[in-house]
Amino acid sequence: MLQSAGANSGRRRVVVTGMGMVGPLGLGVENVWSRLIAGESGIGRITHFDPSDLPAQVAGQVPEGPTSEGKLTLSDWVSVKDQRKMDRFIHMGLVAATEAVEDSGWKPQTEEDKCATGVMIGSGIGGLQTIYDASITVHEGRAKRLSPFFIPSALINLVSGHVSIKYGFQGPNHSVVTACATGVHAIGDAARLIMFGDADVMVAGGAEATVCPLGIAGFCSARALSTGFNETPQKASRPWDKDRDGFVMGEGAGVVVLEEYEHAKARGAKIYAEIVGYGMSGDAYHITAPAEGHYGAFRAMRSALKSAGVTPADIGYVNAHGTSTMADDLELEAVERLFGDDARNLAMSSTKSSTGHLLGAAGAIEAIFCMLAIRDNVAPPTLNLDNPSRESVIDRVAHTAQQRQINVALSNSFGFGGTNASLVVRGV
Amino acid sequence: MSEIADKVKKIVVEHLGVEESKVTPEASFIDDLGADSLDTVELVMAFEEAFNVEIPEDAAEKIATVKDAIDYIEKQKAA
Repeated sequence: MLQSAGANSGRRRVVVTGMGMVGPLGLGVENVWSRLIAGESGIGRITHFDPSDLPAQVAGQVPEGPTSEGKLTLSDWVSVKDQRKMDRFIHMGLVAATEAVEDSGWKPQTEEDKCATGVMIGSGIGGLQTIYDASITVHEGRAKRLSPFFIPSALINLVSGHVSIKYGFQGPNHSVVTACATGVHAIGDAARLIMFGDADVMVAGGAEATVCPLGIAGFCSARALSTGFNETPQKASRPWDKDRDGFVMGEGAGVVVLEEYEHAKARGAKIYAEIVGYGMSGDAYHITAPAEGHYGAFRAMRSALKSAGVTPADIGYVNAHGTSTMADDLELEAVERLFGDDARNLAMSSTKSSTGHLLGAAGAIEAIFCMLAIRDNVAPPTLNLDNPSRESVIDRVAHTAQQRQINVALSNSFGFGGTNASLVVRGV
Repeated sequence: MSEIADKVKKIVVEHLGVEESKVTPEASFIDDLGADSLDTVELVMAFEEAFNVEIPEDAAEKIATVKDAIDYIEKQKAA
């Protein structure tokens, strides 16, 4: 079978020993995963504010309710006192990080272990609602009334900051901001910090909470959001379908605990998967649109496979970027080009059909989905793929999940600015 | 307890997330009630807003306990 060969040899191996997630399908990795596999949708009409005067009125919002029902009661995770000091994206990141760290069982006691544990949680946008509120305060001539917590509430790297403070992790404290590629970049970069010896354990992922008037209006203005399914929200996110008309915004966070393999083994940690490959590229083309043929995506995937020392034939599942925009078919074309004849055996789905697009958190939750796909040998479905706009030999897992042998999986995330990132994970 | 004292206490409980019983006149915001320097800035702002008074920086620096706050505000309101 697969060995850590080729570009892989000689470097420290990085495995995933903890996972945490909160998003439109709810709270908790196992809860979200079972709902995803069951083909459920987390999309609904926007309730965080009245969206009536905006063209896009649907989103994936975190359901509120009892923790025991897989819903979010924020005060179970962040004290009421501290909630006021953080934007919602930090709340999301803290919830997911707490689940991930506790799941990993890693509780460093010595100074040395604490210093070998770092955090790299990013966000695509950060504290947008907080910035909006503060702007109004200043606009109204009340600048002196601005909260002293405004800046630390809005700063993107403050998820990493809060997680380190909560757990005493004194290793590298870093953050990523690459729009919708943030989650993959954070996990990939953090894995490299471990490979390079900067840390033995890294808590990595992405968090986002921009289902707010400024966030929705901004993406509406860029003509990026779905506007034609306001009356049927669960139909709105439909990657590759000919009736797709834009992405559906989601909120939440995904966080993993990455750990050096021997370190994880020595403490008897449960191991979900190994991060074997990571590839990046830039389009150098347009601020929001990929170029014809999506060669940027192609190069990111090719580079990820090369660093993993695997071939397309090894890949059983691809979690596509697939946002339910025109770019879906460009990604499909790039995957077909890379996989060649092996495309026939491939399953590729877009879980954004179920969760919406969590922007900076998307790559993190989708990397987790890839690891669970390997663990359970299940490819999660692409909802609403009724009539593909482009035929393909690739099985896009329309409507219902599929049982299939999956040993290695690839996750794609592409962001505004023409940034592309791909991650390869493998069962251990 | 005066109306001002009651209101100060309420603001402190709300902003610092502490038990009401801990908010005694002698309690220090930082040493006893778990506030950090940013919390105290926010507290002073909340007092300014609630009592419609100006608390200049140098005066704010001297407000260390619940009683300090009550005394300062009572003095301003009496003036």
